[in-house]
Formats: sequence, structure tokens, C-alpha cells
Amino acid sequence: MKYIIAVVKPHRLEEIRTALTSIGVDGMTVSEVKGFGRQKGHSEVYRGAEYRVDFVPKVKLEIAVEASQAPKVIETIRDAAKTDRIGDGKIFVLNLEEAVRVRTGESGAAAL
Amino acid sequence: MKKKNIIAVATAALIAFSASQGFAQEAAEAAAPAPASDTSVFVFNTLLFLVSGMVVMFMAAGFCMLEAGLVRSKNAATICLKNIALYSVAGLMVYLIGYQLIYGVTEGGVIAPFQLIWRGDESESIGNGYSAHSDWYFQMVFVATAASIVSGTLAERIKLFPFLIFVALLTGFIYPIQAGWVWGGGWLDARFDDFAGSTLVHSTGGWAALAGALVLGPRTGKYVGAKVTPIPGSNLPLATLGTFILWLGWFGFNGGSQLALGTISDATDVSKIFVNTNMAACGGVVTALILTQILYKKVDLTIVLNGAIGGLVAITAEPLQPAIWQAILIGAVGGVIVSVAVPVLDKFKIDDVVGAIPAHLFCGIWGTLIVPLSNDGVNFFGQLTGVIAIGVFVFVISLICWLALKFTLGIRASDEDERLGLDKAELGLEAYPEFSKG
Repeated sequence: MKYIIAVVKPHRLEEIRTALTSIGVDGMTVSEVKGFGRQKGHSEVYRGAEYRVDFVPKVKLEIAVEASQAPKVIETIRDAAKTDRIGDGKIFVLNLEEAVRVRTGESGAAAL
Repeated sequence: MKKKNIIAVATAALIAFSASQGFAQEAAEAAAPAPASDTSVFVFNTLLFLVSGMVVMFMAAGFCMLEAGLVRSKNAATICLKNIALYSVAGLMVYLIGYQLIYGVTEGGVIAPFQLIWRGDESESIGNGYSAHSDWYFQMVFVATAASIVSGTLAERIKLFPFLIFVALLTGFIYPIQAGWVWGGGWLDARFDDFAGSTLVHSTGGWAALAGALVLGPRTGKYVGAKVTPIPGSNLPLATLGTFILWLGWFGFNGGSQLALGTISDATDVSKIFVNTNMAACGGVVTALILTQILYKKVDLTIVLNGAIGGLVAITAEPLQPAIWQAILIGAVGGVIVSVAVPVLDKFKIDDVVGAIPAHLFCGIWGTLIVPLSNDGVNFFGQLTGVIAIGVFVFVISLICWLALKFTLGIRASDEDERLGLDKAELGLEAYPEFSKG
């Protein structure tokens, strides 16, 4: 199993969700986060004075899938999240040791 | 619905009037409008004070929302408390001493004899043509407006009680004394003209705010070295609502300052004032909109909101005489003033949270000095005399009051309280407890 973490632009979330649902992804966890990458944020003007936005708002998706499904999921997220502009985000993939469904006690791939 | 009501009111007035004058006479004078009866003049004058006073009272809500939107969420509840408290302190002080200081002054005089407690004497009302209580109410809400201006500038770092003590001094003494010089028939009245208070109300609030900002210092972190760190407001829809409320209130502020609605000429003048007031604000908004786009590459909503206020303040000194196009221009210059002055204040490290000093003080001066453009009876040097005399008086006395408060009670919240937010430090609550902190 793989644990996929994607940090993407917030306004792409709906597209990503729709695309992932259509390829059979059954669940995900979403959180609003802030961060910076190589651009180190950006600058804005408020009441005539420029200021740095050090942490840019992003959405973080966490998705657990079977290892065989992972490449397809990564591809789908990338397609849906892409705007070809700076700040489109990153996708991280981790090995997932175990998963347990709380209600039934099922474990492994059956719990996903 | 509205139209029906107006017709109903008009019909009722007509019937009452006809009954008093007799139908035969009415038929004979059908072509020319009938002269108003003393009763109807009294009623309409009083009504103007009451209705105008109500919307000016609601400007307190406008200031409150504007300020609550432009402070950080950790100070929003405190600024709400300060606004409702300052309005109430102003009411009490005007009752205790303020009103007598405005209107007790002898002709050409400087200060009225000390007289505590407004008596509420209606015995001369019929001769005056309006209820004394309606006039008192109308004047009281004006005084509160000047105090509201101060709270916005000093937000997010001033302690509650020292602030309210200053409000008491401003509304009980500083504002009334200088208002007496002009509206009370004092020494400035013959040479200086300020219809609804560009100088008397708005610049007065602005000067008091400027003195306070200098003594209080900027918010922690606003100016580091030569760098300005903007502190974005927490709720721009609220700030926008506040501005709309102020705009609405201004129809009462300027329209009510005609002080009479009992005759056709007064009704026409009040209507002209409404249109000019409205158009000056439109001019201020559109100018600020275009100017911020050019200067900063993006439109700045908060400065556009200041532009509305700047336009309104500018037209307040003479909302009746200008042609509509002149009113638009006077307001438009107000929009230029706020767009340019906001960053200039930052250069001097004067931290004005809501932009009250550019909008109320600078635009108030502009509006007062431009009166001779449309009013031949007003002299530029007279206007300048008033602006300087009132400016020096209000600024110096305010400065003394602020310094006295600083070295006795202290006016500044502790560094820790400021970082924590005054809501938690002074009130022990949060304005938006369900939301994460930005």
C-alpha cells in the first residue's frame, strides 16, 4: 500500500476530487495548510505598502491506496492540479505499513 | 408602498392645513403654493432634526463596523466595545456640560460660562421653530461622530479606560468650545463658514486622533527600521458595510444641517444637499479606485472605502451651494487626498489603523478651504483662519490631554497584551472564537 500526500492549490480541489472519484479512489483526507516552496511566498500591496506573504495557503490531500493503483492516482492528481504556473504544489509518496477500518476491524487493503 | 405613505402623509398634511386655512382661500390660491403654517414649519423642522439625528446616530454603527473590519480579529471585540462606549460617554458629556459650552457662548465670545446639566427648556421652542430636545439630540450625535474618528486611528493598542477619559474630555470640552466659536455664534462665526462640520466635526476628530497617534506610537511590528509592515484588516465585508452606513448617515449629517424643512425653499435645499453629498462620495470612490490601480497595480478596497469617506468629509463644509459637477470634483479631490496621504503617514511612522487622519482631517481641511469656490459670501482667509485656529486649539489641547494621560494612567496596552490581542487581554473573549487565527 502507498500513502500519497499532495499539497496543491486550493482552487483545484474540486477538480482533483472529481478526477480521483472517477478512477475509483474511495476516500481521502483534506486539510487547509500554509507553506512555501522555492518561490518563498510572494508580495502584495496593502494600503500603499508592499508586504511579503511568507506562507501561501494550500490544500493538503492524504490518500491511502493499493500499491498497484498508486501510479494512476499520482498521474490523475498531477493532471487535475496542474495550472502550469508557479505554486502548483507537490506530491509525496510513502510506503504504508498497515491500515485498519475502525468499525469492522478489517486490515490491509480491505480496509482502504 | 413608500410612495403610498408619502401620499398619505402629504394628504394628511394638506387636510390639516386646509382645515386651518379654510377651503375658500385654498381654491383662490390654487396656482401658487400655500404658505406654511407655524405648526407645520415647527413639525417639519423638528422632524428633520429627529430623522437626521437618527441616521447620524447610526453612523456610530458605521464607524464601529468600519473599524472592526480593519483591525485584526484579535482586537475586533474591543473596538466594538470602545465604539458603543464612546457614543454613550459622548451623550452623557454633552448633557453634563457640552451643549451649554456650544450654545452658551456670547456673541463674538470665546468660551461660554460654566453651566452644568442641560435643562431641557422648551419654553422658547415655538419662537425658534423647532423642539429644543430635537436640536439637543441632533447636536449630541454630531459630537459622538468626532469621538468615533479617534477610536479608529488608535485601535489595537490603546487601553480602554484612558481612551474613554479622553473621549469625555473631547466631547465635554474640546469639541464644544470650538463648535461654540462658530455654531454657537462665537468669535469665528462672522469670518468663517462650515455648514455641517468639515472642520468643526471631522478635522476636530482628526486632530485629536493625530495627537493621540503621536503620543501613543505605532502598533508593535508596524514599522521595523525604515520598512512598513502592513497589518491587513480581518473583515473587509464588515468594513464595506460600515462605509455604506456612514454614507447613509451623511444624508442626515449634511441634510439635517440645513436645520429647517418647514418651507418649500428649505425642502429644496435639503434635497440639493442630498444630491451633492451623494455625488461627492461617488467622486471620491471612483478617484480612489483609479488612483490605487495606477499607483499600486491593484485596486485597494480599503483605500476606496476611505475615498468614499474623504469625498463625504470634503463636501460637508458646503454641501448646498456647489453645482453637482463641483460637488463631484470636491469629492474626487478627497479621493486623491486619501490615496496619496495613507502611505505618506506611514513614512512619518504615524500609525492610523483605519485611515481616519487622511479622510477626516486632511479632507476636512480641503473641504473647508474650497468653500469660497461655490459660495461668494465666504472669504478664503476667513476659512484659513478657522482651519488654523481650530486646528491649533484642538491639536494642542488634545496633545496635553494625551500626554497627561500617558504619564498618569498610561495609555498603551502592554507589549504582551498587544501581542495576545486586546480582546483576550481586556475583555477575556474573542470576536470570532470559531475561526482559526490568520
